[in-house]
Amino acid sequence: MGENRRPLLGIESLRKSFGKVEVLKGIDMAVHKGEVVSVIGPSGSGKTTLLRCVNFLEIYERGSIRIDGQEVGYRDGDNRQRRGETDLARMRAETGMVFQSFNLFPHLTAVQNVMLGLVKVRRKPKQEAREIAEHWLKRVGLGHRIDSLPAELSGGQQQRVGIARAVAMEPKILLLDEITSALDPELVTEVLDVVRQLAEDGMTMLMVTHEIAFARDASDRIVFMDDGRVSAEGPPGELMAQAGSNERLDAFLSRFRTSHL
Amino acid sequence: MNYHLNFNLIWRHFDKLWQGLVLSLELAVLSILIGAIIGLVLAIWYVSAGKLVRAIISAYVEFIRNVPLILLVYIVFYGIPTVVDFAYSATVSFVGTLSLYAGAYLVEVFRSGLEAVPRGQIDAGKAIGLTPLQRLLHVRLPTMARITLPALSNTFISLFKDTSVASVISVPELTYGAQWINFNTFRIVEVYIVTTIMYLITGYSILFGLRGLERRFRAER
Repeated sequence: MGENRRPLLGIESLRKSFGKVEVLKGIDMAVHKGEVVSVIGPSGSGKTTLLRCVNFLEIYERGSIRIDGQEVGYRDGDNRQRRGETDLARMRAETGMVFQSFNLFPHLTAVQNVMLGLVKVRRKPKQEAREIAEHWLKRVGLGHRIDSLPAELSGGQQQRVGIARAVAMEPKILLLDEITSALDPELVTEVLDVVRQLAEDGMTMLMVTHEIAFARDASDRIVFMDDGRVSAEGPPGELMAQAGSNERLDAFLSRFRTSHL
Repeated sequence: MNYHLNFNLIWRHFDKLWQGLVLSLELAVLSILIGAIIGLVLAIWYVSAGKLVRAIISAYVEFIRNVPLILLVYIVFYGIPTVVDFAYSATVSFVGTLSLYAGAYLVEVFRSGLEAVPRGQIDAGKAIGLTPLQRLLHVRLPTMARITLPALSNTFISLFKDTSVASVISVPELTYGAQWINFNTFRIVEVYIVTTIMYLITGYSILFGLRGLERRFRAER
């Protein structure tokens, strides 16, 4: 992973405020192709906001986010003009996102949820879109539930549809926002297994997670955020070792030691 | 009590009531269709527009909601043609009035329905790269439709009853038919018993039909 190569996702001096509260206080981060990066940290540290800035669900004004060299929310040029809605939609199609609360379209079946973007955004013919959707639903272990509506599926199944919906678009990078936080404990594994499989297949991922054990096992790098800043980062082993010298990281990790180790 | 019920004269003129009922239903269906189009267009416009447009739409809604329907009927049928020298039949005039009336109520219904679509669904639409128009068509409207269906059926039933107001400008709907029979036979009790039962049966049938439809939609969630 040559550090001199241009990263797939490059975030520089990113700042974001909600009213007077500054949530992101200057974030620098890079994710290279094929990398899996986990973002951990206490709630309120800005993790989810950071992720939502990457596909411009949150509008950032200061700093820059580039995917494959292209600024996400603004046109290239000096006067920093916001991209138009159609242009934004095109940019967003380059990233996939999986949400904490699944956010499936309730009136569409599993296969229709996955097909919608393929047909409307990727302009695939219906038949081809259906084949792709079925392929991905099988990959996430839901080949037998393709015609079920979201309300007929368990949380874990809904979230796997959510993952299939995102990856079927063949995004350059997949954003995962606390995707197991809303699940009953017994359903967490089935979702994490899917993510692990995607990681092994080389999908580039940036995930916000509270599953420290999973982050340690599945990530190439972990970023620890605290109070709107990157407080520590490094490969899992290295980061855990930094806990001795980083009080905040130590305090954060100590909450998990008893339950997960 | 020395009043003897006699329905014979009612049955002899029953076609007036029957044709009136059919016309009442036609008026209600037409008005809810046109009203729904007015309501939907204005609701979508409202949620995406600036202050001025919102103020104009709100003014329309408040005007209609605070003026009695019967007055609106008079204004449209007698008032407008007098001022602008333009004539239309009583039926056309009434459909126009009832559509504007329904539209004002439905703007509110659809607007709150659109605003009730969960943020997360809109985010999901954005995340897969749908444009604003695509999000409206494929994410917001389908969810809105299911949220607003019960309110839509209630509005339709109200409109069906409100068609009786058309009798004041001699549109030959059910209440007008009843009045005609009353004036010509003086069987006031009988004619209104029969008419009330006709409104009741039709209203209930519509209610059951629409509730069944709602259940089917809910089952499909």
